Amino acid sequence: MNFQIATLLGQDGLTNGAIYALLALSILLVFTVTRILLIPLGEFVTFGALTMAAIQMGKAPVLEWLLLLLTTIDCSLDIYQQARTRIDKTKLQKTALKLGYALLMVGLMHYLNLAETPMFFQAVLTLCLIVPLGPIMYRLFFQPLADAPALVLLIVSIATHVAMVGVGLLLFGPEGARTQPFSDSGFRLGNVMLKSQTLWIILVSIVLIVSLFIAFERTLYGKALRATAVNRMGARLQGISPVFAGKATFALAAFLGAASGILIAPITTLYYDSGFIISLKGFVGAIIGGLISYPIAAIGAVAVGMIEAFSMFWASNYKEIIVFTLIIPFLIWRSMNSQHVEDEE
Amino acid sequence: MNQSSNIDLLKVSDLKVAYGKVNALTGIDLTLKEGQLVTVIGPNGAGKTTLLSAIMGVLPSSGIIRFDDKEFTSPEVETLVGHGLGLVPEKRELFTSMSVQDNLLLGAFLRYRKGDKTYDKTLAEIYSLFPRLWERRQQQAGTLSGGERQMLAIGRAMMSKPKLLMLDEPSLGLAPLITREIFRIFSDLRRQGVSILLVEQNARAALRVADYAYVLEGGQVAMQGPAAELANDPKVIETYLGLANKHQELLSS
Ligand SMILES: Nc1ncnc2c1ncn2[C@@H]1O[C@H](COP(=O)(O)OP(=O)(O)OP(=O)(O)O)[C@@H](O)[C@H]1O
Ligand SMILES: [Mg+2]
Repeated sequence: MNFQIATLLGQDGLTNGAIYALLALSILLVFTVTRILLIPLGEFVTFGALTMAAIQMGKAPVLEWLLLLLTTIDCSLDIYQQARTRIDKTKLQKTALKLGYALLMVGLMHYLNLAETPMFFQAVLTLCLIVPLGPIMYRLFFQPLADAPALVLLIVSIATHVAMVGVGLLLFGPEGARTQPFSDSGFRLGNVMLKSQTLWIILVSIVLIVSLFIAFERTLYGKALRATAVNRMGARLQGISPVFAGKATFALAAFLGAASGILIAPITTLYYDSGFIISLKGFVGAIIGGLISYPIAAIGAVAVGMIEAFSMFWASNYKEIIVFTLIIPFLIWRSMNSQHVEDEE
Repeated sequence: MNQSSNIDLLKVSDLKVAYGKVNALTGIDLTLKEGQLVTVIGPNGAGKTTLLSAIMGVLPSSGIIRFDDKEFTSPEVETLVGHGLGLVPEKRELFTSMSVQDNLLLGAFLRYRKGDKTYDKTLAEIYSLFPRLWERRQQQAGTLSGGERQMLAIGRAMMSKPKLLMLDEPSLGLAPLITREIFRIFSDLRRQGVSILLVEQNARAALRVADYAYVLEGGQVAMQGPAAELANDPKVIETYLGLANKHQELLSS
């Protein structure tokens, strides 16, 4: 291995690591606030990438119909619940607003000349389609189970993942897709060519991670989400509803997942079922962070990306095995050092 | 002493709570008028905490809770918080890994959400009420002393400017001097028009500041009446105030 190969591998490792870091943070975020291990996170990644690809080819991605369908179910449930108690005008307005939004997205997908719009707006449209799926997913599958034991939540999470992979196949078909890079120029570092998309990924990831950090440390909404994770009843007594917190974190996770998908789509071909492995590697990072520490999880995720890239060079057949075996020493180390964590159940 | 209006702020009718098959509350009726300070006293296990939890919606219950002219049956916690009900629970439920200041700010979450930017003023008021919290504002809530935690829990509940503040044994574990200070704060709050529902073991102090009192025994209201009358009721004196203390008070006065 010479310097040139090392930089190339390092470049790969860093880009993948940055994406894994975003995913690791999403997993942590959702887990601490809701106790749900978000297995379907990977589907937000593939949906993001494949939707972006469809939009760039000038096709409506069909995902807008899924959004409309789920929104309709969500709204009918809202209305049903209100009919049983008392009709509240502001809540009805909210319901109408949600439906209106889904219809607007369907309209936009069919009347805009998608392929011609600038890439930035294509990305925004993709996010606008996918982010609402997060809170709807929480509302439909997890909210009724909010007090269930963690194992039940995990099983529902796995079921949601399986269902979404199926939906992905239905919507996007079995073909893989790639998108155009954000910008074409490459540039040289010494005698190594760097892809500009690498820089984009690293830059956007850092911006997202830093803004997440600021949002959680500085804003009252971020603190409210943290408070829900620290003491659920305490948070409820301040009027921070766990439903609000759950929907907000799922929206954030959907956003981070879809954004990751849009970021990596120009450098990897993604299929309807590629998301799982990608999010699993983010999960390894999260485990390294002990499902508690955000900075350690982020660093762990970057390490996963690096190890993956270099094991591709030395033992490419074993790359996945090496990455996932990485969990074991950390789990052993954790279980030996574990300060007893209070069990909720 | 009685400057309260005649509007019922809280009216609980036939409130029942059961833990599984065990009935903890068997039909409680309780009324609190706007601006009043009402206290609920009673022996350990009488159901005082259960009563506050049920009114707040923390526990499922049957019976009607009428608060601020709206009727609820077994409501959701967030709904009542949104209507201006605040609770300092027995377990305090602080955000232990967050700073004192963050705990207080989160108390004003709903005000912030509704676009009310005057919570800074309330924060300053609370700091001047509890200078100790100001000194410790960057410290993690979990590392506070027992008494400081009580102050923080009370301060956090006050941050939301509730119409009715319910407190579950606020003097628990506090030094006598601070206890007196806290009771003085309740009188002050009441004078500012905040209604208070106070559950206390310190019956003597509670009856002194309250307008009206309920005695809870075995999940039922055993006695009720104006606080001053109950304080002189021989049965209450015997069970909750203690003859010896009464005697001492007579001697010292
Ligand atoms: N989660 C529970 N499960 C079963 N029984 C309970 C539960 N919580 C409380 N109880 C019982 O209900 C009764 C009333 O309890 P509660 O906590 O309301 O009493 P309290 O009046 O607040 O007492 P204290 O003065 O000791 O705080 C007690 O007998 C208690 O053992
Ligand atoms: Mg109690």
